[in-house]
Amino acid sequence: MNMIANPLEHLVVIGNGMAGMRTVEELLKRDGAAKYRITVFGAEPHVNYNRIMLSSVLAGDKTIDDIVINTHEWYAENGINLITGDAVTDINRSIRTVTSASGLTVQYDKLLIATGSKPLAPPIPGLGMPGVCAFRDIADVDKMLDAARTQKRAVVIGGGLLGLEAAWGLKQRGMSVALVHLMPTLMERQLDAPAAQLLQRDLDRRGIAFFTEGQTEEITGTTHAEGVQLADGRFIPADLVVLAIGIRPNIDLAKACGLEVNRGIVVTDDMRTSDPDIFSVGECVEHRGSVFGLVAPIWDQAKVCAARMAGDINALFAAQALSTMLKITGVDVFSAGALTAADEADDEITLRDDNRGMYKKIVIRDGKLVGSVLYGDVSDGQWYLQLMRDKTDVSELRDRLVFGRAFAEAGSAVSTGPDFAAMADDTQICGCNGISKGTICCAIKDKDLTTLSEVRAHTKASASCGQCTGLVEGLLAFTTGVTTEKKIPAICDCTTAGHDEVRAAILAQSLKTMDAIRETFGWKKPDGCHKCRPALNYYLLCAWPGEYVDDSRSRFVNERVHANIQKDGTYSVIPRMWGGMTTPAELHAIASVAEKFQIPSVKVTGGQRIDLLGVKKEDLPAVWADLNAAGMVSGHAYAKGLRTVKTCVGSEWCRFGTQDSTGLGIKLEKMCWGSWTPHKVKFAVSGCPRNCAEATIKDMGIVCVEAGYDILVGGNGGIDVRVTDPLTRVATEDEVMEYAGAFMQVYREEAHYLERTAPWIDRVGIDYVKKRLVDDAEGRAALNARFLYSQSFAQSDPWAERANGTDAHEFARMPELV
Amino acid sequence: MDTHIWKNIGPLSEIPVRGARRLCFGHEGKPIAVFRTGADTFFALIDECPHKAGPLSEGIIAGNTVTCPLHNWVIELDSGNVAAPDEGNARSLPVRVEGGELFVGLPVRELA
Repeated sequence: MNMIANPLEHLVVIGNGMAGMRTVEELLKRDGAAKYRITVFGAEPHVNYNRIMLSSVLAGDKTIDDIVINTHEWYAENGINLITGDAVTDINRSIRTVTSASGLTVQYDKLLIATGSKPLAPPIPGLGMPGVCAFRDIADVDKMLDAARTQKRAVVIGGGLLGLEAAWGLKQRGMSVALVHLMPTLMERQLDAPAAQLLQRDLDRRGIAFFTEGQTEEITGTTHAEGVQLADGRFIPADLVVLAIGIRPNIDLAKACGLEVNRGIVVTDDMRTSDPDIFSVGECVEHRGSVFGLVAPIWDQAKVCAARMAGDINALFAAQALSTMLKITGVDVFSAGALTAADEADDEITLRDDNRGMYKKIVIRDGKLVGSVLYGDVSDGQWYLQLMRDKTDVSELRDRLVFGRAFAEAGSAVSTGPDFAAMADDTQICGCNGISKGTICCAIKDKDLTTLSEVRAHTKASASCGQCTGLVEGLLAFTTGVTTEKKIPAICDCTTAGHDEVRAAILAQSLKTMDAIRETFGWKKPDGCHKCRPALNYYLLCAWPGEYVDDSRSRFVNERVHANIQKDGTYSVIPRMWGGMTTPAELHAIASVAEKFQIPSVKVTGGQRIDLLGVKKEDLPAVWADLNAAGMVSGHAYAKGLRTVKTCVGSEWCRFGTQDSTGLGIKLEKMCWGSWTPHKVKFAVSGCPRNCAEATIKDMGIVCVEAGYDILVGGNGGIDVRVTDPLTRVATEDEVMEYAGAFMQVYREEAHYLERTAPWIDRVGIDYVKKRLVDDAEGRAALNARFLYSQSFAQSDPWAERANGTDAHEFARMPELV
Repeated sequence: MDTHIWKNIGPLSEIPVRGARRLCFGHEGKPIAVFRTGADTFFALIDECPHKAGPLSEGIIAGNTVTCPLHNWVIELDSGNVAAPDEGNARSLPVRVEGGELFVGLPVRELA
């Protein structure tokens, strides 16, 4: 036996997960390498990864590589001996050794048990069958992804955080998903009934089928899972069953070696177990009767544990108020503290707007905030949490508190984002990592950080779940002062006036010509330029329908000649196909035109129409005349106006269709064609939430559901793909039509020229659009009326006009006279 | 001595204000465009943008400039020079107005 004593104590860590490795990181920060040599055992064959983000991997938002926390190099650089894929099976406290599955035995001076938790698995028959898995580690995610690639139907058992994220991930991967939950409402430990109902409604709209109050009796199948049988007789067929009903601390090793265990491994405030040489952190521990499933308190445990190991005898762990967030894109849920009033002395204040899918509740006890549940708008969550943690007296704010920070503190209804200057240094920014504003600001200043990834690397802020990324970015801008005060951009170099200013003056001062505008604002060039002329022409056209005469010389060539110029100077011609429907007669006509004019390319477009490419300019009127003769009109594929209304076949043919999406799409197209808008506008109507018409990336998308129509706005494909924001749900087609007209008009009247609905909504906020369209029924009707009035002048086919001689000079070459 | 052959290309009214026309004859195999500005001045250029040969005759005319419809290069109508920051030249040709009719001058030797 080697008798030369290593001067360093040997720290053995059982568990290569988030809690154990965070403790090691904290220990290294405290110069732990001078005191310990470290060995880490991990049962999984991977380096340390961010388990919280597994749901993002499942949903396809992240890859496994993205969620690795510490690489092999990191272990090597820090002199840590990492043994992966080899679980510890025995602890011998009398001789202070641990032994692994492979038979490796090592001696320890200090031991850290960070074995985490196991998925809760009640004795349901069929659990062990192929096609059944938990949602706990990379292996589970691999199984689920495999299933999603080859199979169709998934059932998730468990309607808590984990179950919902699993369901959403599988849905994103294209499976049809049903979710079974034992309780009447989802996430009942974090959400009260109204918030849970909104959540269920929103996820139901996204196509997840819910079976609440469903007790799983058996997972059926012979060689592979085939379905889930509920106790009340309901049966749900399944190719994949995911069990996500909860976790229980993994205490087997601790129990076997005689440490004090209860639900978890019992630890005191210093994170020691009943054996003073053995520490424990993470989901496996029980502290003052509580066990832990969220990351924030576990990071606190890691800090305290590391401090103790490093010799700090004052570090103590105390559980703080916790908040929960759900990682499902576009579904914003926040919950902290009490869900409901405990008794009559407590105040419960709620703000609820079902149409807009918004719900806020706060619980006040003895003048202090003790709980908050937010749905839809969670921007004030961290503020509420801070008030709870600081036990701030909120009596003064009581009446305004539920409306959020901006309103409560400033007495102003205008929300301008967080006020970083007024924010206390100890305000928590990153809940996962417990990082305060002060810590982040110091790191930015001391280390000259300039990017988000640097701030993440140095402080860990926003490095876990990522929900606070916006705040961290804001703080970075605030601290470095890089973003200066925003200047309103001028329309072009001809003027200092901005778009809004000009639009307001057109109406207020009855400016009806471009010259009048240029004179009013002192344009530098009397003629303007290619940037401002089309903008002013549009603004005047929009402001004075039927009165202002369009200036074709201020139109981009496509809109002047009603076809799309191609790179060789030829044009493309796309006739309208209402809602993507066509007829044999139309197809005959298109084919004849293509042959007659020797049009080189005929292509089906993404907007469900047919594009004739390579038409010579002088042929355009004759091409149009032939298409007109077959009943076709311009598709405005060249216009800053309504392009296509994409539809699926809907209830007329599809076995899933809930409404006549094709019919509705045609109605919408007939109402909106011919309008001029600040930029191009695309609609789509999907007959069910499967959304085959891709309505969620259109300027306005309608998704039909059994109960009516979900109206979505502000989406687009392109360079920066933006998914629509939900506007509202309505019951009838007539309401859809009114919303569509009103949306077109508010966009026409208020967006800047060349601003699509997506950046426009990003600029003004979806709440503003909701205020104009959803909250204000009278305003909506008025907008729609203005749109229809303006359409009465706009809806004449430009092709027919030109085929009949309008602008004939445009399409003829100058005759040779000499 | 006049070194140009002057081609009559028709009455001024054939070209709209702030508009342009591509002529039915070319020059050295390239098309020619004539432009009319808001101030009623006339210019002629080879109808190819120095960038990617876009048809300048289809551009928006503002002041004494035209903007190419393909990639928004701005070209000075008098010199044919491309406005900064882009660089290049679209050859200009002389024009003159006589009796309400427009003439474009083609260099003689190149006609030979």
